[in-house]
Parts: sequence; C-alpha cells; structure tokens
Amino acid sequence: MKYTDYYSALGVERGASADEIKKAYRRLAQKYHPDVSKEPGAEKRFKEVAEAYQTLKDPEKRAAYDALGSRPQGEEFRPPPDWTRQHGGANSERFSFDDADFADLFSRFGARGAMPGEDFEVPVEISIEDAFRGTTLSLSLSMPEYDATGKLRRVPHSVKARIAAGAVDGQRLRLPGKGGKGFQGGRDGDLYLDISLKPHRLYRATGHDLYLDLPLSPSEAALGATLEIPTLAGPVSLKVPAGTSSDRKLRLSGRGLPKPRGGAGDLFAVARIVVPGELSERERELYGQLAENSSFEPRRHFRGEET
Amino acid sequence: MSIETEVLWLDEHRVVSLRELVEISGLSEAELLELVNSGALPVRDIAGGGYSFSARVVTVARTACRLRDDFDLDTRGLGVALKLLERVRDLEEEIVRLRAQMPGS
Repeated sequence: MKYTDYYSALGVERGASADEIKKAYRRLAQKYHPDVSKEPGAEKRFKEVAEAYQTLKDPEKRAAYDALGSRPQGEEFRPPPDWTRQHGGANSERFSFDDADFADLFSRFGARGAMPGEDFEVPVEISIEDAFRGTTLSLSLSMPEYDATGKLRRVPHSVKARIAAGAVDGQRLRLPGKGGKGFQGGRDGDLYLDISLKPHRLYRATGHDLYLDLPLSPSEAALGATLEIPTLAGPVSLKVPAGTSSDRKLRLSGRGLPKPRGGAGDLFAVARIVVPGELSERERELYGQLAENSSFEPRRHFRGEET
Repeated sequence: MSIETEVLWLDEHRVVSLRELVEISGLSEAELLELVNSGALPVRDIAGGGYSFSARVVTVARTACRLRDDFDLDTRGLGVALKLLERVRDLEEEIVRLRAQMPGS
C-alpha cells in the first residue's frame, strides 16, 4: 500500500494541537466540500482532507498513525509486524495488508460489534438516447470488505443495473445493499447513482424537455415551410408558420424524453435564421430587389415606435 | 458474477416512511423531525401519526447527514444550509433551462 501523509493533507505540522487540526480541517472542508464547492477536483481533494481528519481527530487513531513514522507521500510500505498487535485493538487479527488501501487501516479502527456497510455514491453519465430508450449499466467498483476469514481487502464488485426510460439530468437512483459489506452482522451499505446526461450534438435537455436549434433560411422564415425534424423516435414533419423570427420556439408536444410514470416532455425547435456567407450573383440581385421593395423596418423601436 | 439488481428511483413518485429515512439517511428521528419543523425537509403526508416523504428527500437528508458529520453542524445550522442549497439548486436548474434555449455552439 502507499503511505498517505495526513498532516500534509491538512497543511499542519506533525506536532499540531487537536484545535489546530480541527481549524485546518474546517477551512479546507469549507473550500472543497462537494455539497458546496464546484471547483474542479474539489471532491477528490475533500476526500483526502476528510480521510486525514477522520484519523487525526481521534487520539487513538492518531497515535496509531504516528506510530507508522513519517514517510514521503505515496511511498510503498507495509506496516511493521507488531503495529497491528499494538494498535489494531479488537481487529488486530483482522488486518491483512494484501489488496487493502491505506485508508482501510483506519476506517474501522477500534470498531466493535455490528456496523453497517459503507454507502457509495457514483456519478454516471448516460446519453440522451439511453435516457430515451432505457439502458443497462455495468459498473465495476472496488470496495473494502472482510472476507470469510476476517481479513480486510479491496474486492472488485460488478453491478448491473437496469435504468428504465425516463431518467433526467440530476436523477438519483438507489441500489439497496449494493454498497460496502456490513461488519459483524451489520446491514450492507447502499449504492447511489447520480445520473447526468452527456452533451448531445443536436439536443439540449432540461428536465424531460428537449431543445433543438432549427436553422431557417430567410425565405423559409418569411414565407413558412414544412420541414423534416429529427426526433429521438425518428423524423417528423413540422410546419413552420410564415413570419417566423429567430428565437421563436415551435413545440412538438410529447417528443421529448419519456416520463417514468407515462407521458413525455416536449421537444422545442428554436428558430435560428441563417444567411449564406457568400451570395451568388443572382441571389445578390434578388436580395437587392427585395431590399428596394420591402417596407419592413426591423428597428422601428429604436425610434420609440412599435415594431 | 454480476446479477441485475433492484433500482429504486429517488423521485416524487416513490414514498419513504420516517423509519426508512432514518435507516438510509444516517440522521436520527429527532434530527429529521427538527428539519421537518424548520421547513427544510418537506413532508408528503402525515397520517395516523406517521410521517411519509417523497423519495426525493432521501438525497436532501443524506446531504444533511454529510454536512452534520463534516462540519459538526447542529440541526438549526443544517436547516439553514439545506434551504440555501435548495436555492442554489433551483438557480442552477434555471440556468440549465435558460442555456438550453440559447443557440448551441
């Protein structure tokens, strides 16, 4: 296993008082707590800080940690043979250092009696197509677990979960009993999945509604048109009314993401009027004629008049 | 070997009892009821003296438990923190909704 320098994680000296450790933890927790901070890497940093504090705030755990000596961060090491006998307490026979993480040494240190297994929260990204059709996720996780002989080790877990159609960004799912194993008869922990939707090349999702940019030529916008629109269930025909300006939203009812208990959100095609970057001679001539003959004034409101 | 597992949606269609919420959130019954009384945890129904909640609040209650443990917050502090987090969540949802209507790149 790799040594973790808990004092350096909290930014304090090895001889820091309990109060200094608590203050350092609070300062860093406020900065990196995943419920508060959106900084990139904040969650990983908070886990390091919390792991360090969980050990250093407890005098018994801190003494055991200090007894491992000071080593460079990340150095490969094994605790000395007599360390678990001196510091393992009721679990001294339970430590096997094969496949265990450094944090596992202290996580259930001094635990007595039944303890529930740890809950795990896993972010999962799915495509909009998967949210529309439903999907089966195959997750590979590594969890600390006591085996039949009482040895602590990291065990790979494969979890298959069927996500029915209708998940949206921010949807939370609970998989009971699929977290860490309970200790001495304690219940198994739960696994929580935090669903987010991958960005899509065409659609932007908000809840069960979808938004789609609908590029229109000036003539289509002015004269109206019947267009083929891509939806998640296949193309449909949409009538664009004459006189459609940019940003007008055309609603395709029930063409968004399905709702878990029936019904579906809507698909909004948002008109975006686009013009060619270069005009042919004939186009330029026709646009010129249109400009000469049109009485349309798009900026009348600049003069305080209604458009 | 991996076996397909039970998946519970934490949404407004699913109902959890106070006892279930105690078991899965890590908060005590007294803490949960104090959060209910402060308005930080919405109740779905109070029938026959038993509280029931939308499963959405599981996430809120678990957040409360994390904040309690990580910051040593008391229930009053938790109530304020949860209400502020809810406002942040509402504003974030509003940003997502508005961004969805803006032209894509």
